[in-house]
Amino acid sequence: MSAKMIEVRWHGRGGQGAKTAALLFAEAVLATGKYIQAFPEYGPERMGAPVQSFNRVSEDPITIHSGVTNPNYVVILDPSLMESVLVTDGIGTTGKVIVNTSFSSDEIAKKLGIDASQVYVVNASQIARETIGKDIPNTPMLGALVKVIGTLDINGVLEDTKGKLMAKFRHKPEVIDGNLSSIKRAFDEVKSH
Amino acid sequence: MIKTVFSKGKLVAKTGNEVMAEAMRQIEPDVVAAYPITPATEIVQIFSQFVADGVVKSEYIAVESEHSAMSATIAASAAGARAMTGTSSQGLCLMWEMLYIASGLRLPIVMAEVNRAISAPLNIHGDQSDTMGARDSGWIQIYSENSQEAYDNMIQATRIAEKAKLPTLVTTDGFIISHCMEVVELYPDADVKAFVGEYKPERYLLDTKKPYTLGSIDLQDYYFEHRYQLAQAIRDSKDIILNVAKDFEKTFGRKYEMYKKFMLDDAEIVIVVIGSTAGTAKVVVNELREKGIKAGLLKIRVFRPFPTEQIAKDLAHVKAIAVLDRADSCSGAFAPLHADVVSSLYAAGVTTPKVINYVYGLGGREISTKHIAEVYETLVKIASGAQKPANQVEYINVRKK
Repeated sequence: MSAKMIEVRWHGRGGQGAKTAALLFAEAVLATGKYIQAFPEYGPERMGAPVQSFNRVSEDPITIHSGVTNPNYVVILDPSLMESVLVTDGIGTTGKVIVNTSFSSDEIAKKLGIDASQVYVVNASQIARETIGKDIPNTPMLGALVKVIGTLDINGVLEDTKGKLMAKFRHKPEVIDGNLSSIKRAFDEVKSH
Repeated sequence: MIKTVFSKGKLVAKTGNEVMAEAMRQIEPDVVAAYPITPATEIVQIFSQFVADGVVKSEYIAVESEHSAMSATIAASAAGARAMTGTSSQGLCLMWEMLYIASGLRLPIVMAEVNRAISAPLNIHGDQSDTMGARDSGWIQIYSENSQEAYDNMIQATRIAEKAKLPTLVTTDGFIISHCMEVVELYPDADVKAFVGEYKPERYLLDTKKPYTLGSIDLQDYYFEHRYQLAQAIRDSKDIILNVAKDFEKTFGRKYEMYKKFMLDDAEIVIVVIGSTAGTAKVVVNELREKGIKAGLLKIRVFRPFPTEQIAKDLAHVKAIAVLDRADSCSGAFAPLHADVVSSLYAAGVTTPKVINYVYGLGGREISTKHIAEVYETLVKIASGAQKPANQVEYINVRKK
């Protein structure tokens, strides 16, 4: 794996938008001038069942087409998945986990059995309820991921997402503003040890 | 920042299925007849939306099976229309007898095909068993490593099919490419339309001024000649494919050939492979090259017609070759790509490379850089004489017990 390649794994439940988040993230990152890949894990899809999706980001063209097994970043949309899915699989001692939770990074680190320096937390569900009006944590988690990666341009990501939302929700400006501020808030509020 | 290759190109993030549908929108065939099947569903779903929205003037025929989809496409093509379809796996299987009729009648149909395993057991994931089964049906077969190639191949396939008077299918690996969002450069509609041109069939059934018979009985007297002409047309299509590729490069800037050489010219050990795994193998080749190991790669783009003479020339200097097949022939001998590579070498008098055969990735089974690195490790040993090449098909990442 190229040292410059970033790999991301999203954990969510069917219907929570893990696939959409990976696609949105990829499109937004392309808008900032990087090569991207986004793909979901395929299997029987049921509402509420654990699902995964993946991203690759690189300055260079991405030719690899195998699965992501050692992600640099793991995004967990639903904290209850930490009970049933091996969410830390393949992250080693350097991979970072970003969790949608009201617990502290120390508490999550203890639960997952990894070092506290690898854990980031943000209450994306609360942010989503307050900005979008619904518990849709996938959009705010985009902002948290961009912050934790650190090398991506949040303004470029916001600009691209705005453009896409404008096309889709022209008659519902509140949806556009809500989603954008959820990304911004999660970007600002995500914290570590 | 990423730059476009074509001055008027536009970078987008799209899946393999989305860009195949996009190419079809730009080509705007007269008729598309299709029956959706996973993982190719989106191609015709998106295209049918273009038709419903009036974005294209194409006629969309929603049929009741793939057999009917191919039959309707054949009828449309025979009538003089530019006709296309899309399918995968069991869908291609159900088209079976009609595939041979499309080629036997020399109809320039273009098919967007997504490679998927064949039942039983039921599996929706990517392998190339479906189109490998159709390798002798008289269709030109063009495989794509990624979404960009899928888009570019669809555009070229239209010109190739019509010039060669042969049906042509373009494939992507199911899910791995069909559902993977990547960066793709799209060209403006006008440039694609200009490249593809207007379809002017030499003869067609609805031409009342020049009536003719199509699909009549043909027994001991002439059947053989017509099948010979079909086989010859496939052989002759190599030049057509290369000429279209040259024109494509001149227009849009991307170079295509029958196959792509990657670090091959001075390579001592080489993998020959088709489709998305070539991209994964490139990563391994780069890593090995950094260690000073002379690894190379040959990616087949056009499998039918098979580039037999050129391949023999380009592989003649190699010490050890592994041919990776994402389909098993169940032949008791070797898998399809291996059989063609070895017969090409032997027929050209090239007998120095040791050639081994692996079957991999059936039903979407993971093929990682680690698996590919292991193949190169074996090739190193074979090249140095430390290991004897296996005289049978080997399998990657399978449980044998």
